[in-house]
Amino acid sequence: MRKSIKFGLGAALALSLGASAALAENIKIAFIDPLSGPFASTGSNGLSQYEFAAETLVNEKGGVLGGQKFEIVAFDNKISPKESLIQLQVAIDQGIRYVVQGNSSGVAHALTEAIEKHNKRNPDNRVLYLNYSAVDPALTNENCNFWHFRFDANADIKMDALTDVIAQNDAIKKVYIIGQDYSFGKAVASAAVSMLGEKRPDIEIVGNELHPIGKVKDFTPYARKIVSSGADAVITGNWGSDMLGLGKSVLENGFTGPIYTYYAAADGITAAFGETGKGSLRLVSEGPLNPIASDRAADYVTAFKAKYPDGNVSQARITNLIEMLAKAIDQAGTATDVVAVGKALEGMEIDSLWGGKILMRPQDHQAIQNVHVFAHTDEGVQFDYDNSGYGMVVENSVEMASADSETTCKMKRP
Amino acid sequence: MDLILVNLIDGLVTGLLLFMLSAGLTLIFSMMGVLNFAHASFYMLGAYFAYQVSLFLGFWMGLLVAPVIVGILGAGVERYGLRRVHQYGHVPELIFTFGLALLIEEVVQFIWGKDQMPYAVPEILQFTAFSIAGNSIPAYKIFMIFISVAIFITLLYVLTRTRVGMIIQAALSYPRTVEALGHNVPLVFMGVFGVGTALAGVAGVIAGPVLATFPGMAVVLGSIVFVTIVIGGLGSLWGALVASLLIGWITTFAKSYNVRMEDILTGLGVQKPVDMSESLIRDLWTITSPQIADILPYLLMVLILVFRPYGLFGKRDA
Repeated sequence: MRKSIKFGLGAALALSLGASAALAENIKIAFIDPLSGPFASTGSNGLSQYEFAAETLVNEKGGVLGGQKFEIVAFDNKISPKESLIQLQVAIDQGIRYVVQGNSSGVAHALTEAIEKHNKRNPDNRVLYLNYSAVDPALTNENCNFWHFRFDANADIKMDALTDVIAQNDAIKKVYIIGQDYSFGKAVASAAVSMLGEKRPDIEIVGNELHPIGKVKDFTPYARKIVSSGADAVITGNWGSDMLGLGKSVLENGFTGPIYTYYAAADGITAAFGETGKGSLRLVSEGPLNPIASDRAADYVTAFKAKYPDGNVSQARITNLIEMLAKAIDQAGTATDVVAVGKALEGMEIDSLWGGKILMRPQDHQAIQNVHVFAHTDEGVQFDYDNSGYGMVVENSVEMASADSETTCKMKRP
Repeated sequence: MDLILVNLIDGLVTGLLLFMLSAGLTLIFSMMGVLNFAHASFYMLGAYFAYQVSLFLGFWMGLLVAPVIVGILGAGVERYGLRRVHQYGHVPELIFTFGLALLIEEVVQFIWGKDQMPYAVPEILQFTAFSIAGNSIPAYKIFMIFISVAIFITLLYVLTRTRVGMIIQAALSYPRTVEALGHNVPLVFMGVFGVGTALAGVAGVIAGPVLATFPGMAVVLGSIVFVTIVIGGLGSLWGALVASLLIGWITTFAKSYNVRMEDILTGLGVQKPVDMSESLIRDLWTITSPQIADILPYLLMVLILVFRPYGLFGKRDA
């Protein structure tokens, strides 16, 4: 009995050693996002989308630089900036040169600052930070740096598209803005106030408030305030369980107008809303699934669903990021010199899997792409979310949204 | 004025839900001296089990079956876990329940994944019971109130009017005497633990559809339950009820009205500094009540511990 255990352990050790030797050639990408706690579902679904994108779009096509494969290494940051910095250090110590992160702009600010410092002090093992979802505009404005690239449209770009849609709707006279109490929630609120003021000065903002992030048990009191304020529409940047809690409680307590959101889809949210969200929920995002752009995109989604039946292709930017990174590494001819890779990424333009083009704007490293406003519905849905029959269907589109928007970014290039 | 009534109802729902959790916890504590860190995890299990059962047999069977399963699990934990750890003292017991909480969360994620579960209010209760000045009160909320009140009355009746209740009360204060009289005290303990966790299970079943069923639901509610029983007085059922309602109403009202610290401070005659960026207490000036609503119960707990350490209705020192 003892012997067999020892033998088993030995074999396992030998196997793992062998495996790590074989993997030594891989280009590792550190995925630093919440894999536990209230936002775990958002993080873990993002992880499977990365793994699938790396496998299908890069590795199965022969990898980059003539055969090197992408490998996603997951780090759980528990949505805490402090924990993220520890995980970043672990990743750097493992020799990882590419960091992807998206959930929470609070974490993003901590990471981008830490990476800038690290790269200044350690020119020999610099790191690129590929941000796929943290949309606080400051990251590509006053707090920008050469090492940070954002693949999602930032909060201002999305709000620009959203307010265009709201401005066309004459029935909306009063708007309530509510969000999570941190940098992103504040950015959404201030963008909404200033853009609505510009486009529709007649709209009254009847409420503008922030609630603690990830801590609210019951949104009923907030819902009451929204309903009694007489608002015709709600704007929120909430995500994860905060989105579901707020949306459900607002709808349950008698609100019938549109709820304009950034993240009310997938990760169980679409299924949980189901019929109640129909006609109310709107979402601003990139990369449409309904209608799907091409057969190639349809095949990709079908293959993803075959591998992860419970997962969703909910973040189109993840495939854009992987494809652009692969192209940049090939163009630079190296995966270890991240300055060369970064310079290849600047100004790069690709055809997105989801239709349209993606341009990585060189002045501030903000991706410029088509932005759409979606409706939560079960009609005309080819690819649903959460296997619920409900999905997001395009209602309005903005081509290359905010391509000429201003930036205050003054980047120092290495 | 209308909104006050609506808020009273909302606060009542929140408070009663909290009561179902804290009632079990406070009973378990007063009996065994164990602070059960895994209590909120049983609440989560209740929601998940009920969701699973509701897929096959509908919501109502879930409401019946899930708490029973949770209660049996709880009794099993007491019989085969806590009772063995008990002989080593209180600290190992604490660590045991703490570990159990982590274990349950991992197991839940392992089986159901990390996503939100589409656990919904049953069709028959998906209508507006009545509305007050445009604020609709969903029928499900009324249903929650009825369930919790029914449970409170049953519990009170069993504990104060029946033989079983008398034995439990006696075992609370004089376990050895009760044992000497020929009662099986360990069995009583197991029963109380089982019923306590089953109550948490019921809370999970009825809260799951409205507060979302996801792996973080235990953590979100975990600490506030302890606060409740400390405020109410450890071991007191009435205390648990009063404290739960108090917390429910305080947080609901604080979130519903934007009371600004600025108004309170100027009302008290404090001069507002002209240049806020220079002021040391600028954060204090800009606080609004919805921002601090969720920490008000903790503040209340500190005050209670300072002025009445045994809680509102507690009979002995904590």
